[in-house]
Amino acid sequence: MTTSPTPPSTTAPASSAAALAATTAKAGKRPAVRTWSDLRSETATRRSAIPEGLWLRCPGCSQMIYRRQMEANLHCCPECQHHYRLSASERVKQLTDPNTFEPMWQGLRPTDPLKFRDLKPYPERLAAEAVKSGVNEGCLAGTGFIKGRPVMLACLDLSFMLGSMGSVVGEIITRAIEHATAENLPLVIVSCSGGARMQESGLSLMQMAKTSAALARYDEAGGLFISVLTDPTTGGVTASFAMLGDIIFAEPKALIGFAGPRVIQQTIRQELPDGFQRSEYLLTAGIVDRVVARPQLRTEIARVIDYAGK
Amino acid sequence: MPAYYKMEFEKPLDELDQQIEAAESQLKAVTARAENPEARESLSDENVLLLQGQIDRLRDQREGLLASLYQKLGPWETVRVARHPKRPQTRDYIELITKDFCELHGDRRFGDDPAMVTGFARIGKQRVLVVGHQKGRTTQEKIACHFGCAHPEGYRKALLKMQLAEKYHLPIVTFVDTPGAYPGIGAEQRGQAEAIAVNLREMSRLKTPIVSIVIGEGGSGGALGIAVADRVAMMQFAWYSVISPEGCAAILWKEANEQTNSAAAAALRLTAKDNLELGIIDAIIPEPVGGSHRDQTGAAKNLEAWVLSALEELKGLSGDDLIAHRYARFRKLGQFAEV
Ligand SMILES: [Zn+2]
Repeated sequence: MTTSPTPPSTTAPASSAAALAATTAKAGKRPAVRTWSDLRSETATRRSAIPEGLWLRCPGCSQMIYRRQMEANLHCCPECQHHYRLSASERVKQLTDPNTFEPMWQGLRPTDPLKFRDLKPYPERLAAEAVKSGVNEGCLAGTGFIKGRPVMLACLDLSFMLGSMGSVVGEIITRAIEHATAENLPLVIVSCSGGARMQESGLSLMQMAKTSAALARYDEAGGLFISVLTDPTTGGVTASFAMLGDIIFAEPKALIGFAGPRVIQQTIRQELPDGFQRSEYLLTAGIVDRVVARPQLRTEIARVIDYAGK
Repeated sequence: MPAYYKMEFEKPLDELDQQIEAAESQLKAVTARAENPEARESLSDENVLLLQGQIDRLRDQREGLLASLYQKLGPWETVRVARHPKRPQTRDYIELITKDFCELHGDRRFGDDPAMVTGFARIGKQRVLVVGHQKGRTTQEKIACHFGCAHPEGYRKALLKMQLAEKYHLPIVTFVDTPGAYPGIGAEQRGQAEAIAVNLREMSRLKTPIVSIVIGEGGSGGALGIAVADRVAMMQFAWYSVISPEGCAAILWKEANEQTNSAAAAALRLTAKDNLELGIIDAIIPEPVGGSHRDQTGAAKNLEAWVLSALEELKGLSGDDLIAHRYARFRKLGQFAEV
């Protein structure tokens, strides 16, 4: 099921920027290849791909913030740490050590197996999405290093058809899992998705079985799968590989669920509890292992890899 | 047929039914008068014969019309048939094709979801584990079953019993019939997505034969959650897709109405024929003329025959072979280009 994302929560948290400052690469046996200050200066000088204003109003704290400053802060609000959504390439850049990421299976392209047509034919949507997002599909995968540890990394991309899983996304995720199995690599998948892709109907649905079956084999081989859930992760992606992590991390306040809040509300016809389906709620419900803020993500992934002895 | 469930495409059939009914009551009136000795003179046997002939012709016509209507059902009409309240459900098939059903309840963690039925049974000489969604027949049962929308405990119960089947080398037969997994607060809180995901992963490695049949509605992950099988079939007028036509219409057409639902049903390629062409299912089980809701026993007979032949095909395979083939079956699904 595909659901539309909801706007981020408007409740302003009182968390400080101290947490961010406290995060450096000092934990871990192996030296970090890149520090967060390197990364910050990198993103600060990089021209923004988003052609919007220099200033924006933070949906987390309603303050006007300087876009460059937000981007330099791992795309988090410098005032309230609201986590802005990331493209897959930005995510890869944030997570991996510089120049270590080698993208794979970039030649995979969606087709139109069902000749799907709603108000617009599917091929037209695909073309428009490619122009808008600058990518050809909703998943970027490859090998790389996180704080010096080799990993197989796959990141979904919301900017392409809401990160929905069709044949290509399912195939890339499956190949990533199979590659991690064959090469005995820890697997990190960063999810953000509206769910399965309606325009590929039954074939999208089958990607759920395909990716999950590949994870069974990875599990048999003793693999370590760290699933990182980010805002929003819903529908068929949640109900397949995203929930199958040996370790599941969630970014703060991310919307994570099977059904979207609107569908639930329409079904049960009552108000949803405060913070329902947000990371912190899932932590209390026992569904995720840790809520990890973006500045700590690299450290936390590296730590789990070390604990698992991978 | 309950008055509240009208299928638009059967309208010509209803008209014929009315004509037949009218002719029959006319015949009844005529024969009633014939039994009255005073009125006997006024009618001839010809009159009766004429009426009887007319009724026979109408009945033939109706039979032909029924067959032809169901031969060219559109996708949205198929969805309507798949949801027919008299269509056989999991418990009906259990009743009709199995013997000595030993129902097993509960997930040992939270509760017993009536929307998911599990238990040992015999089909022919074969001992099996049956798993299936149950929609419910009476209003009370429907509400208890959430209209066939299972909760996480339903999926966990299914997996627990399937693992039992693996342990005792029993083949698993699953009946899929759900609009989708239940979208609610408790379901989310108890990990609906995780429950389904775990079923997908674990079913892929169960070392015992699994056959699945979409008997009515195959709605999205909630359907797939018990359908990662070695052989998957659909009843002729069932549907199987990533989302319901209404859900799809509401998102892509911005509004769900008769027209957009119909368009979405067509676009989703959700019929048995479509799913067979896409390689998602392996077989279509024919339904009696006019659909399974007209002849539950006939439907059950066809379903039983398919289940037995599918189990026969899988009989010789070792557990390792089974899961290797099952992996390959799902691994190849999906279509893309590589440049
Ligand atoms: Zn803020």
